[in-house]
Amino acid sequence: MSSDNPIDGGSTDMLTDTRDARMGEGLDDRFNSRLREAFGSSPFILTKFDKFMNWVRGSSMFMLQFGIACCSIEMIHTYAIKHDLDRFGAGIPRASPRQADVIIVPGTIVSKFAPRMKRVYDQMPEPKFVVGMGSCTISGGPFQEGYNVIKGAEEVIPVDIHVPGCPPRPEALVYGVAKLQERIANGESSPVVVKPYELEQFGDMESDEVVDKLADQIDEDTLAMRYNWADSP
Amino acid sequence: MSVEETEETPEIEAGVTVEDEVLETLGDTAQDTEEHLNADASVVVRPDQVQDTLFALRDEMGYDHLSCVTAQEYEDRYESIYHMKQYDDPTQEVSVVVPASKDEPISQSAEPVFRTADWHEREAYDLVGINYEDHPDPRRILLPETWQGHPLGHDYDQDSPQIVTLGEWDNPLRDDHVDNEADTMFLNIGPHHPATHGVLHVKTVLDGETVADVDPDIGYLHRCEEQMCQQGTYRHQIMPYPDRWDYVSAGILNEWAYARAAEDLADIEVPEYAQVIRTMSAELCRIAAHMLALGTFALDVFGDFTAIFQYSFRDREVIQNILEDLTGQRMMFNYFRLGGVAWDLPEPREEFFEKTRDFLEELPAKLEEYHDLITGNEIFQLRCVDTGILEPEVAKSYGATGPVARASGIDYDLRRDDPYGYYDELDWDVITEDGCDNFSRVLVRMQEVEESAKIIEQCIDLLEEWPEDDRTIQSNVPRTLKPEADTETYRAVEAAKGELGIYIRSDGTDKPGRFKIRSPCFSNLQTLGEMSEGEYIPDLIASLGSLDIVLGEVDR
Ligand code: SF4
Repeated sequence: MSSDNPIDGGSTDMLTDTRDARMGEGLDDRFNSRLREAFGSSPFILTKFDKFMNWVRGSSMFMLQFGIACCSIEMIHTYAIKHDLDRFGAGIPRASPRQADVIIVPGTIVSKFAPRMKRVYDQMPEPKFVVGMGSCTISGGPFQEGYNVIKGAEEVIPVDIHVPGCPPRPEALVYGVAKLQERIANGESSPVVVKPYELEQFGDMESDEVVDKLADQIDEDTLAMRYNWADSP
Repeated sequence: MSVEETEETPEIEAGVTVEDEVLETLGDTAQDTEEHLNADASVVVRPDQVQDTLFALRDEMGYDHLSCVTAQEYEDRYESIYHMKQYDDPTQEVSVVVPASKDEPISQSAEPVFRTADWHEREAYDLVGINYEDHPDPRRILLPETWQGHPLGHDYDQDSPQIVTLGEWDNPLRDDHVDNEADTMFLNIGPHHPATHGVLHVKTVLDGETVADVDPDIGYLHRCEEQMCQQGTYRHQIMPYPDRWDYVSAGILNEWAYARAAEDLADIEVPEYAQVIRTMSAELCRIAAHMLALGTFALDVFGDFTAIFQYSFRDREVIQNILEDLTGQRMMFNYFRLGGVAWDLPEPREEFFEKTRDFLEELPAKLEEYHDLITGNEIFQLRCVDTGILEPEVAKSYGATGPVARASGIDYDLRRDDPYGYYDELDWDVITEDGCDNFSRVLVRMQEVEESAKIIEQCIDLLEEWPEDDRTIQSNVPRTLKPEADTETYRAVEAAKGELGIYIRSDGTDKPGRFKIRSPCFSNLQTLGEMSEGEYIPDLIASLGSLDIVLGEVDR
């Protein structure tokens, strides 16, 4: 990463002298950081741009302030005192999806909420990452058999990290976030999955019994999500 | 319509007088009486006489609290049950049973009598499929408007596809949302919004800065709790679900609601020692829940993510720690069993007592700090005193309970008025405030924390002294419980947010035939319109925060 090659091929003594002269007596070398020292006298770090960007992304993640169900209480505990997710460079909850790059999905997703969650996810700028928190986001959890429950967040949006538990302890969530950082820093991304539930315009839906029944209630260009419960896991 | 149900065993609690009185008041309206385990009287009336009956009961006999409306489908009919109580004495209960025909389930709406019936009947229509005549707003409430079928009805096919639109997600600046004439604007708050405490959607109409109309749109967390409970066996499979209704660490309070109803249904005794443990752990939960209410309310009003919010979470961590020692879990305790609790206090007991006592000792100083930071703060007072007014009569009509009702001067607390557990042996007070505003609601919660601390302290004293050979934590309960078919009960406890009631009807199997949850937040949230219409929009946010709703419980 570092390079010992001096900039102009000569010694840097002169530069150092000038700087010392400017700083005056009695001042410490606080402007000369340890990092700089470690790199030698050159102000350059040679690295791959991608690698650098990945490191930056992983080290400064803006989370979306997004609470759904019981898991969100443990998520708040993870942000708050004692567990303090901030320590890991991942702690500022952003109220607007347009300013966030990580969304923690903390809870059960039901039919009415899935289109809204999809919309929130779509509003986040790329690159974006998803942490699924709790059994509900994996499979529907304790409510898996419910008539109204989506069987996991992955039916709607891609998920990078799953944190199991009901609810996962804050430590588990911290571990999940750390894992995500590691993955991001290594430039790994989650495989593209085919998501069964998509938002589409009502007019584009294949006509069948339900669609026909609702035809006079819903506008052609209204966005809608269709749930084929029978095919759900 | 067939109501061939002139049954069964004789009255248990000898409520004959009450029943006679009710029958006398109602005259010919009553068709029949029925057997309900708890209600002193239970009358069957024709679907077109609901309003007359309820008016008579309310105005002549003082049944001023419509606690819950349960709807269910039988083989041969539909049925709505109106569970009524008195705010002065909730042990006085009457159930009004309204059968409706199978082919055309129409029943008169009770909304003109009790405004709370509005939402309850919408829910009954949504999930079971009974139509209410005269209802001001007969829409679905929990499920999306485009839903097909009624999931708790008999012939619902869970595998049939459904379509849900994003249309309700309206753009407030769209042409048809700005009314140039009236100068109003439509505004969506939520379902993803930091001030809604979860996934609530408030459709608001603004006239300048003033709120002209609010319509809370719920159902974004409707996780089919009732269906889940109807699929679980009484003994073990239902208990985990209550933890997830009011999930802000108030789990044990909710578990108690189920335990109380089921123990009543199956006639199970609970050993005294277990009752003391139950009381103690429930009150710990109450403190945790009120702390969260406090922290998030400060967040709503000050936007203060740093001090107060973090302090309240610091204190919650301590409680969660204690509860984890006791139950093994931080939030989803699953600690109660029918007939007792799962296990005894952790060994070494002294350590547990010490830890809890330490917490209690530090509590007064902490509360003082909160008072300095919150209630003593000028900005806070400006925002909260005299905003979000909820008059007691209005609160009653909406079936408000818990701190919301007590802050409007309604002296109603089931722990004292309909005692269960060990509460009636202990020395504590019910807190009420007369301010009826946002400020009073905060004050009530903060003082309730002190009362809970008193209760816990007394419980610990008792537990410390308890003779070692008398520490039974569970009574003998049959492995499979099969209460007799068609026994019904409606029982409520004082949960963190108010009266949490459970209606169970058994169908002779080891699973309930109908399991209905009366959630305090559901009723409390209905008052939002009364509190905020005509006020400024920041007051709406403050009022919403002061209601302290949990969407898991509103939507169930
Ligand atoms: S995983 Fe458990 S704790 Fe988390 S949202 Fe689902 S039910 Fe609640």
